[in-house]
Amino acid sequence: MPFIPHTQEDVAAMLASIGAQSIEDLFDEIPADLKCGGLEGVPAGEPEMAVTRLMHERAAQDGFYLNFIGAGAYEHHIPAAVWQIVTRGEYYSAYTPYQAEASQGTLQLIYEYQTMMTRLTGLDVSNASLYDGASGLAEAVLMAVRAAKNGSRRVLVPGTLHPRYRAVTQAVVKNQNIELVELPFDPASGITLLDALKSYEGQPSAALVIAQPNFFGALEAVDPLTDWAHANGMFAIAVVNPLSLALLKAPGQWGGAGADICVGDGQPLGVPLASGGPYFGFMTCKQALARQMPGRIVGRTVDRDGKSGFVLTLQAREQHIRRAKATSNICSNQGLLVTAATIHMSLLGAEGLKRVALASHANTKVLIEKLCAIPGVTRAFNAPFFHEAVLRVGSESGEVLRALRAQGILGGYALGHDFPGMEDAILVCATETKTGSDLDRYAQQLERILSRRREAPPCAYKS
Amino acid sequence: MLIFEHSHAGRRAQAQAPQQAAAADDLPAELLRQEAPGLPETSELDVVRHYTRLSQKNFSIDTQFYPLGSCTMKYNPRVCNSLAMLPQFLSRHPLADADTGQGFLASMHELQEMLKEVTGMAGVSLAPMAGAQGEFAGVAMIRAYHELRGDSERSEIIVPDAAHGTNPATATMCGYTVREIPTDRQGNVDIEALKAVVGPKTAGLMLTNPSTLGVFEKTIVAIQKIVHEAGGLTYYDGANLNAILGRVRPGDMGFDVIHMNLHKTFSTPHGGGGPGAGPVGVSERLKPFLPIPYVVEDKGFYRWAEEADCPQSIGRMSAFGGNMGVLMRAYIYARLLGREGMHRVADYAALNANYLAVELNKAGFELAFPERRASHEFIVTLKKLKDETGVSAMDFAKRLLDYGYHAPTTYFPLLVPECLLIEPTETESKETLDGFVAAMKAVKQEAEADAELVKSAPHTLPAKRLDDVKAARELDLAWKAA
Ligand SMILES: Cc1ncc(COP(=O)(O)O)c(C=O)c1O
Repeated sequence: MPFIPHTQEDVAAMLASIGAQSIEDLFDEIPADLKCGGLEGVPAGEPEMAVTRLMHERAAQDGFYLNFIGAGAYEHHIPAAVWQIVTRGEYYSAYTPYQAEASQGTLQLIYEYQTMMTRLTGLDVSNASLYDGASGLAEAVLMAVRAAKNGSRRVLVPGTLHPRYRAVTQAVVKNQNIELVELPFDPASGITLLDALKSYEGQPSAALVIAQPNFFGALEAVDPLTDWAHANGMFAIAVVNPLSLALLKAPGQWGGAGADICVGDGQPLGVPLASGGPYFGFMTCKQALARQMPGRIVGRTVDRDGKSGFVLTLQAREQHIRRAKATSNICSNQGLLVTAATIHMSLLGAEGLKRVALASHANTKVLIEKLCAIPGVTRAFNAPFFHEAVLRVGSESGEVLRALRAQGILGGYALGHDFPGMEDAILVCATETKTGSDLDRYAQQLERILSRRREAPPCAYKS
Repeated sequence: MLIFEHSHAGRRAQAQAPQQAAAADDLPAELLRQEAPGLPETSELDVVRHYTRLSQKNFSIDTQFYPLGSCTMKYNPRVCNSLAMLPQFLSRHPLADADTGQGFLASMHELQEMLKEVTGMAGVSLAPMAGAQGEFAGVAMIRAYHELRGDSERSEIIVPDAAHGTNPATATMCGYTVREIPTDRQGNVDIEALKAVVGPKTAGLMLTNPSTLGVFEKTIVAIQKIVHEAGGLTYYDGANLNAILGRVRPGDMGFDVIHMNLHKTFSTPHGGGGPGAGPVGVSERLKPFLPIPYVVEDKGFYRWAEEADCPQSIGRMSAFGGNMGVLMRAYIYARLLGREGMHRVADYAALNANYLAVELNKAGFELAFPERRASHEFIVTLKKLKDETGVSAMDFAKRLLDYGYHAPTTYFPLLVPECLLIEPTETESKETLDGFVAAMKAVKQEAEADAELVKSAPHTLPAKRLDDVKAARELDLAWKAA
């Protein structure tokens, strides 16, 4: 019996001790008419060898692609040491560290992680993770609304925010009648202009969300945006790529007073793409907001001998203590990914992360240059960008991407679906994992595809 | 020592970052960081040694018996990890087109179908990333259902007092008021109390079964009838699915929505706190509201259903669809077990729980519900011991650590004073259970003979009893160099 160690003698002895005739007897409190059938919809069990073969076949079927999609999930090199340590049973198969004395490994690691995140983001307090960046933003919005002195249930959200982040946030906060107001972006630069905020001056809102870099890879003018939020009595919520913070100004330093809450997806810090997860959401904030934070937090304390040690703390915010009055319903978080990120950040250090950020940015710049040399390809926006940018290819982008895919290249993310009027736009990203010849290969294939389309435009396409 | 205290200016794990720092002169100076973030400066060996040593300060399933009630700490098969981490699966971008991931998507689709079968529900979405998010999706669907019908007076969710904290917290997060109802002396929902609160304001009832008291809710069909007749929907917290897998199905009992904790029943690892996966299953009437994405199959081609496919969906729970790697591990586990293995899960989980309960009872421990069968878990109350010796459930739990056993869940559910909620799971052997009984006996004797020894436990772990009060009063949440 897979994973069940009982011998027949064990079963007999245990039933005798219980005073039952059979295992069946142990279910005698369940109404008989509820008993279910044979689960015919579940296939018969297979031994490890057969399942291994099956999964290898499925993996081979999916294969490998030369990937230039970013859009919130980024392909970076992950040192081998990271996942070898993460999958040690002592991390992998432990529960939440409720029994602190038997969980000092996990607890100390989270404390180190919290320290790293406060330093990266320039804020005071970090929690131990949320599910992902998008649900993290939803939690940040709830937190801002709870803490807002003006009692407003409205939050201003830039049109340059990742559309999926917006969708997730909306799915959560609509249940509490919180209104998200979308701000228009400047079509030339691809960023949020202060002008777009003018009409909200003097009206109470709980927070302004600022994404840096924004979904288009473009860099927002974070200082004046943060100052504007504070001047108008609202919190500034930063949504950032943590890798970019090795290079870009920390949210805690934005404007005169710094962003109040910072969230994002930790995936670029040692977490593989893996079709979408598990990743982890991070959240940091100013000290004054610490008691409004959702999720677990680790604190340093001492033991009976006065020796330093670590425990879960500020638990009076959480569902297992406060129940209906908790700051969030979150219980299980994304601990193992935090383990990966902590080891990853330790291995790379500030200089290593900065080099990864710079190399990714340099590769993207070279790629953009090469692609923009192809007739008909132009940059969509003129604002400075970080390691990702939008190109217009003069042809329906879905079809262009399909042609690239046939050549083994994932050429980027098509924007037409989320941004009407951008049906020919592609968001592209080349991280440090790409070589010069990878970039050349993309440029050559795109040139070939586009020139063929110019010569013989597909009849379905109307310009 | 913290990793920061191993730091030396200028040291780096050289092999692992680009050899040169590229220029970024195109970026405006006012957007750049002036000072490097204070991350550790360490060699690769420093890091490997530090985090390997830290790991050794943890208890885990791989190293200890871990009978943590409500958490289903069963063996996490290693092969599930190695196959979920095949390089093609790990390197696939979440926004890559469906035709690049048919192997992956087929696996997810089969998992959905298997979960439908074991729960008896009409539809399943894998989107929620943990139990609590599954609860959120479930209650949000209940809300969407009432709203679509214009039934806008329903503002309350009924939750038994034995429920896990995520239940009431979820109801609040979905904009509902919580109505708590008591439990009777047999550990069942108090039917009269339910009848008294149910009414036109009832949006739904959240029920955990077997309840967190470790017993099967005997009147589960009657309970639902009461709620349904009042126009409310019923929610099944399936965190304890291990107890009934292959025995009974929430769908057959008439529930409208259920979440499962795959990091319990389907043996995916807890990872020191997560990640989990909390798929939701629904009855026919809630299908249009399922969270997206979920996999649809069309003539052998698999793809994610998105907004356009399901306009009434409650929406997305995450940017990229869910905890795919966890779902992959659950799928592999399900293929290894197969249908006959699913039946065995509940059978042997119940055998182990009932055996352990009986043996502990014989050893002088008081069961909270002695006249009931244990499900996959059960409760011991140490109230008498506390009254006689001053040793609390917490003290007792800490002393068990010294014996090399992870403690059971303490102080949950809140209804039973000085409780230990004990869940052995099906993957533990009789010898392990017998060893645990012996340790429980030994601690009890210690408590009676020398209470101080137990009250000051643990004595042999990397840390002695830690000061929670100081941690909360003098907050130290991030390291600052002295
Ligand atoms: C009964 C019950 N419901 C819900 C949950 C919440 O699950 P999760 O921690 O995955 O959010 C748990 C787990 O702790 C539980 O035991």
